[in-house]
Amino acid sequence: MTKHTMVLALAASLMASTALAGDVRMMWYSDGVEGEVMKDLVARFKAENPGINLILDEVAYKVVQEQLQIQLEAGQGPDIARVTNIKTLAPHWLDLTPHLADPAYWRTNFGAHADWMRVDGSDAITGFMTQLTLTGGFANATLFEQAGVALPGKGATWDDWVNASAEVAKSQGTAAAFAIDRSGHRMTGPNVSYGANYIGADGKPAPVDAGTKAFAEKLVGWVAGGQMLKDTWVAASGSTYRAAADDFINAQIPFYYSGSWQIANLSTKIGDGFDWVATGSPCGTAGCSGLAGGAALVAVKYTANPTEVAKVMEFFAREEIVKEFSERTLFLPAHAGVAAKGGLNWQTADKNVGAALDVFVAASADILPAAAALPAWKWASPVYGALVNRISQVMAGELKLDEAFAKIDSDIAEQVAAAK
Amino acid sequence: MAQVGAWVGAVITAPLRGFARLLDVPLRVWQRLAGQNGMAAFFLLPNMAIFGIFVLFPLGLNIAYSLTSGGALFLADRNFAGLGQYQRLLTCADYTNLLSCQEDQFWTALGNTALFVVVQVTALIVLATATALILNRELRARSFWRAVFFFPVLLSPVVVGLIWRWILDRNGVLNAGLVAVGLDPVNWLLDRNFAFAAAVGVTIWAHLGFFALILLAGLQAIPRDLYEAAEMDGTRPARVFWRITLPLLMPNMLVVIVLALIRAVQVFDEAFVLTGGGPGTATLFLTQYIYEVGFASLLKNPGLAAAASILMGGVLVVLTLLQLALGRRNERKAKLK
Repeated sequence: MTKHTMVLALAASLMASTALAGDVRMMWYSDGVEGEVMKDLVARFKAENPGINLILDEVAYKVVQEQLQIQLEAGQGPDIARVTNIKTLAPHWLDLTPHLADPAYWRTNFGAHADWMRVDGSDAITGFMTQLTLTGGFANATLFEQAGVALPGKGATWDDWVNASAEVAKSQGTAAAFAIDRSGHRMTGPNVSYGANYIGADGKPAPVDAGTKAFAEKLVGWVAGGQMLKDTWVAASGSTYRAAADDFINAQIPFYYSGSWQIANLSTKIGDGFDWVATGSPCGTAGCSGLAGGAALVAVKYTANPTEVAKVMEFFAREEIVKEFSERTLFLPAHAGVAAKGGLNWQTADKNVGAALDVFVAASADILPAAAALPAWKWASPVYGALVNRISQVMAGELKLDEAFAKIDSDIAEQVAAAK
Repeated sequence: MAQVGAWVGAVITAPLRGFARLLDVPLRVWQRLAGQNGMAAFFLLPNMAIFGIFVLFPLGLNIAYSLTSGGALFLADRNFAGLGQYQRLLTCADYTNLLSCQEDQFWTALGNTALFVVVQVTALIVLATATALILNRELRARSFWRAVFFFPVLLSPVVVGLIWRWILDRNGVLNAGLVAVGLDPVNWLLDRNFAFAAAVGVTIWAHLGFFALILLAGLQAIPRDLYEAAEMDGTRPARVFWRITLPLLMPNMLVVIVLALIRAVQVFDEAFVLTGGGPGTATLFLTQYIYEVGFASLLKNPGLAAAASILMGGVLVVLTLLQLALGRRNERKAKLK
């Protein structure tokens, strides 16, 4: 081997292991089919922009939740990431404004959710929501029909839904009447529907109020009474997330409270196994609110290639790309123009899907102000964590409700103090 | 032929000899300057450097983190909090009521871990000793049985947890079996006592082979003539075990006890996958608590997690020193006899 060849080989091996100028790494997780759609769109971006090497790093959701923050704190990580913990990590996002060809397009079409992904008081453009989500319920229409129980209609309360589902469960021999994902986020829509407001006058977390107490008491009662599937919340500790989607998919529960992001998952896995419908959020004493949220595609400020990152973001934020992404992934679009024009051609043969998406779009009008404020509130995460941690201890018989409420308050206060 | 062999040997060792010659002069000079003790330190240096980089430095870093507070992950961005994190972990208004503790789940995890250590290590050692004694006998297909007991050791802890979860879950294999024979299914992992027992049982199943192997090596090193002499004297098997086997097995047993204790205090992966710390906090162990506080929580608190891990490390050091002291005492007793 000549000296020349050796130098070339060494250079090639170095090129293979290090990022080059022009490389853009995107950390991406998938709930359903969006990873496949994204791969297709990335290929199209590359064909259009041969000078930018966009690398899609597909990871588990847990990696984004647990490892991304550590990478970011170390000034490292991907150039772009798809995240749900958007507000807490906002100090790490890049202000794309100086790199964008048309910042006004972003403010017009994504401005409604811009505060969700930037630090308080800033007007930076850091990214956009890949989809909007809304918490809400799903019912197994086939089981209801077989049991001869009518699906509760609009305006039905949580008690109505639980009672009707309990009848179905009894008749059809399912494991329980219903389940809610083990998540403080998921419990929040119902809490707000019973009048809860987490945000105090000073912008900090308020003590647990009557609304949260009212729904928590019901939830604990439903677990004790066997109406709610005990496994989901009790068979774990801490703030561990557990979804009950598989129990709904396997027809173990006739009613399931989760959110719009489950639509593609349910459609794919249930297929024509049974008919299911979206129900919106059952009502409490103050309203029938779900909790909005979603995942955002954000630029990371530690990138070495901000110009290329902006080009990538501009491509995925285009109106026609957002529309196609929403139609293929069955996600609700966050682009104001796409939402206003409507006429989305949901790409599925499943008759349950279009109707379910329509229900969630309609339910977004029922979001109460106390719930609408939460995605942009920086202390939402500690509240969600404390709620799920302590309420599941009550369900397991380790705490009384009053003790849990006191502990939720002290946990949140300690976390807020520790975060300073 | 011998000449060829010597020639090949000389060729193979030539680079080594060359290297040794190269080092000879500077090493002689260094020995003259440093003396014999200095040379010992010199040769230990590479090992100590690795130990320092991968053990002592992270330990120092962990201690530094435990003295800080704040949400930032970089040490330089964190606030000095002195012993505040330790105080938070250890402060209770009333030590008979865990709920009055600032970090009540730390105490719950501590209690669960202590109980787990006592039950799991005791059961593990008894079962590993019994297994080693059986596998040391002239059994048919002895190698096969040894492999069977050792096989779970080869599995990843996550795989172990998942296998048993699929067995014990509400929709798991065990309940499918119960239903098949006309019995009602049981939600095993929602029963506090059963979930704890399952965590103990599964970790024993996963590690039994490893510890039995260490004890088996010890049993095979015991001279046969001692057993033959005991047999000729008509000594009862139980007496043979207590007077010959166990005392001579003690060095291996000590290793097993120390390793089992350390592993039990660090219990995490199998138990976490199996029970998730539930039901409630029935199987929340110290390592999971540290993981939750430092990594899994949406608002991470590395200072508190570091302080908890230093406390856990302290307990491990005390336990290990205690075991080593007991071992030395046994050795001294044996010598006096």
